[in-house]
Amino acid sequence: MSDEKKLCLSGKGVTKVFGVGRRKTVAVDHVDFNFYEGEIISIVGESGSGKTTLAKMLLGLINETEGDIYFQGEKRDIGSHRKKKKYWKSIQAIFQDPFSAYNTFNKIDTVLLDCIRMRGGGRLPHEQKVAMMTEACSFVNLKFAELTNKYPFELSGGQQQRLMIARIFLLKPKILLADEPTSMIDACSRATILDMLMQLRDEIGMTPIFITHDIGLAYYVSDSVYIMEHGRFVESGSADEVILRPKEPYTKRLLNDVPKIYEEWDLSTV
Amino acid sequence: MSNAILEVRELTTKYITRFREDIYAVDHVSLRVEEGKSLGIAGESGCGKSTLALSLMGYYFPPLYYTSGEIIIDGRNISGMNSDDVRKSILGNEIAYIPQAAMNALNPTQKVIRFIEDVIEAHDPSVTKKEVYNLAKGFFEAVGLPADVLQKYPVELSGGMKQRTVIAISVILSPQILIADEPSSALDVTSQKMVIKMLRNLMDKGYIKAMIFITHELPLLYNVTDDIMVMYAGQIVEKASAREAVFDPLHPYSKGLMGSIIVPEEGLRDVKLTAIPGVPPNLKKPPSGCRFAERCKYVRPECKGTSVPLRDVGNGRAYRCIIPETELREMYAREARKNV
Amino acid sequence: MKHTLRQVFQSGKFLIGFSIFSFILLVVIIYPRVITDPPLQIIGQGTFFPPGLYVNVYDSLNTPYYTLNLPNATRNRIASKLSDEDRQAIKEWLTAVGISEDQIDVENTAQLLEQWANNYDPTLRVPGMTNARRNYFIRLNSSLSRLLATEGVSIAVRNEETGELEEIGAVTQTDYVNASQVPNVRLLLLGTDNFGRDVLTELVVATRVSLLIGIVAGLVATSIGLALGLLSGYVGGVVDDVITFITNLFIVIPSFVLLILISFSIGQNQRGPITIAVVIGFTSWVWTTRAVRSQVISLRNRDHVNLSKLSGYSIVHIILKDILPYIASYVVMALILQISSGIIAEAGLSILGLGPRTTEVPTLGLMLYWAMIYQAHIFGKWWAYLPVLITIALITFSMNLMNTGLDHVFNPALRD
Repeated sequence: MSDEKKLCLSGKGVTKVFGVGRRKTVAVDHVDFNFYEGEIISIVGESGSGKTTLAKMLLGLINETEGDIYFQGEKRDIGSHRKKKKYWKSIQAIFQDPFSAYNTFNKIDTVLLDCIRMRGGGRLPHEQKVAMMTEACSFVNLKFAELTNKYPFELSGGQQQRLMIARIFLLKPKILLADEPTSMIDACSRATILDMLMQLRDEIGMTPIFITHDIGLAYYVSDSVYIMEHGRFVESGSADEVILRPKEPYTKRLLNDVPKIYEEWDLSTV
Repeated sequence: MSNAILEVRELTTKYITRFREDIYAVDHVSLRVEEGKSLGIAGESGCGKSTLALSLMGYYFPPLYYTSGEIIIDGRNISGMNSDDVRKSILGNEIAYIPQAAMNALNPTQKVIRFIEDVIEAHDPSVTKKEVYNLAKGFFEAVGLPADVLQKYPVELSGGMKQRTVIAISVILSPQILIADEPSSALDVTSQKMVIKMLRNLMDKGYIKAMIFITHELPLLYNVTDDIMVMYAGQIVEKASAREAVFDPLHPYSKGLMGSIIVPEEGLRDVKLTAIPGVPPNLKKPPSGCRFAERCKYVRPECKGTSVPLRDVGNGRAYRCIIPETELREMYAREARKNV
Repeated sequence: MKHTLRQVFQSGKFLIGFSIFSFILLVVIIYPRVITDPPLQIIGQGTFFPPGLYVNVYDSLNTPYYTLNLPNATRNRIASKLSDEDRQAIKEWLTAVGISEDQIDVENTAQLLEQWANNYDPTLRVPGMTNARRNYFIRLNSSLSRLLATEGVSIAVRNEETGELEEIGAVTQTDYVNASQVPNVRLLLLGTDNFGRDVLTELVVATRVSLLIGIVAGLVATSIGLALGLLSGYVGGVVDDVITFITNLFIVIPSFVLLILISFSIGQNQRGPITIAVVIGFTSWVWTTRAVRSQVISLRNRDHVNLSKLSGYSIVHIILKDILPYIASYVVMALILQISSGIIAEAGLSILGLGPRTTEVPTLGLMLYWAMIYQAHIFGKWWAYLPVLITIALITFSMNLMNTGLDHVFNPALRD
């Protein structure tokens, strides 16, 4: 990696507060971050740590209460629907539960055609669209000819998640937010999904951001790791630094609580 | 050989679907759990591990039906008994079962102690409430739960605490064996660790004599159990000690499964995770030969056609593959060199 | 979609409900094409004629007579005139003159009359019998002797010149006319109402109008509920607060009271059936709004909606394609319930005299209203109100059954 790393997404004092008055909850509490282009980033946190809220803010699905998010060094402006649409050409997501991520009333073709349309290919001849969809499907080891006119719920969880990746293949975003992309699928499909994401990253040069509760996964895939607790980043740095030489007690505890296979799992600490 | 708490011989059970199709989700499974030992069952979702857990209790209700085989608990064969007798005299007394969503079993409108009263009264109607309370209090403290949990409503407890409470209640009658099916999967890592610690504690203090632990999380299984059994498509494909199963698997499916383990430990980043392509076979029409053949990297022509027996290699190890032990190890070593 | 429909039609409950409802609908459509009489025509002079076959007496005299010697004719004739009270009185007399009870069978008319003829003696003074009772027995005896008479009846016309009666024919007890040869016969299956209108014809038209009222009311209520619920649930924020406030306001006010007040203020002359339907619709959208809102709120945060947003779709597209299909089954069920409750609301309103104005069309509610005003229930004129009640019950029952059937299909938790 070159020394002049280009910022692709960064934030200063990003905060999200839900509710008002006594019902107020601070989901994300003044977090600062700098995600560089080409890096693989993981945000690790337990449920309720605010990681999904942060992901939604990064995606522009919800507005931040306070603070600024910078996209490619400039302050992000997604005030209008048109601007949002433009922003979403650069940032896309893969969701945790493939079963709820598709509209059950839409066919697989619709899902993929949406992506082509979004890249400005809405008026391409039909044959060319089919060729693009076939290419995207074969990238994730699916056969478009078998999928056409089917519904997403007719596929297995792993296949659905691969279809999600095919979608990203067509969209070619700069940033990909992967929210627990492997937590709902079997361990032996997990490697396939991760492999495909990595391959896709090399192919289209995107920056993946993993949102996960699995500290092992974060260590395996990422260059930089951010540990999140109660809406704050308690520790961040390179994966080796954070996972192998943690400084913060929370990170240490998290690592301690995960079963391991080489080291003894110390049960006395709870 | 020490005393077997649970012995299962060639157990086969099936589901009958709405369309009258038979699905053999547990197919000629034999296993043996000795006193003081814990057995882990690993496998992908849909491989039959949860069905095996249900089948082991000898308590069947539609759409699950008993087909053949024997279940012997502490020398007593329960496979021929009718469901009502099993429910009355075996469940709770001999076998305790904890499903994944066990914590939702607590009645939200009752205090925890009321639930315990029901459990104990069902087995011994003569006890008084005072006796139950004293018993429960002593038991809860012994297994490391605060006694004030007894006077609380389930909503006042956290998920992890609820799960531990349910586990404590399920073993309050000192069953011989505890079957835990993904008892900690819905919990965060810290609560999971507390549940595991409690299960260990139950074993160490002799509240239960043996345990069967089912999970798809291999690092967890490795840390909890003595032996591991890998299931695939309703059959046992490998039996081994936990250490051997994780570090020296023989069956290509186990090998693939162990190659997908992710743990936050040094060296993980240099390992290439393995993936098993394809999906498990449809159990309505299982393939006639090796059930894993379709997805196996090392498949040979003779794998298909005739069924593959479980090959016993001594020391309690067995695996279901036609390729000899040494040859498998050589192939795996070659593969590992290639990946470096 | 096809699969869902097949599932819906496999549900037994839905099928039964659907069959009943289709039957009612078919009757409502076909009946007026077969019986083309104006439904509100007053045909009966007098109130509440009982159900039955009405044969014109005058015409029957001018049709050919056939002699039929039917064995039970006399007995049937007597039996229809001899009341239970009379039979008990005869038994009383017979026991008083010394016939043992087990020889008397009040059901056996022939034997009873024979015993009466043999034993009755008007001069006999039974000890302890009052004079009034004695006179009763004398009257009973004379009416019985007329019953037992075997001669026929003369038909006479008055001579216009002399003013004298001239016999032109006679009718004997064995004479019959063939009803199909009588030119004027009218079957009034459910009799007539207080105005002398054919209840059945009226009922069919009333059912049609009431269904129309229910459907219009249901559509109005569901549309308002759906629109407000979608807006409030999806847009959220201040819009949600305002709509929720209004909804809560309407929940606190009993909707039936509101309905009464609005109907009253519209005034009798403005109240057509459609007006009433719209008013009912406007007062019953509240629960639909609330339910749709909560469903939309839970859908709004689902990933497939997020995915649509990330694909650059507009709010309108997302609501139409990603939200509406998911709540469509629910909305259909709500609509069915709204229709059936609209029909009931109309009935309730009409009972209070606040229903549609009465001059043009009948409704189920209005039929009940008139039956009640003319005290049909007190005089036991069941045909004026019971068929109406049964119709209302059948409509709402079938709709609720369809609703339950749909619920079983769409709500996996209820599936067995």
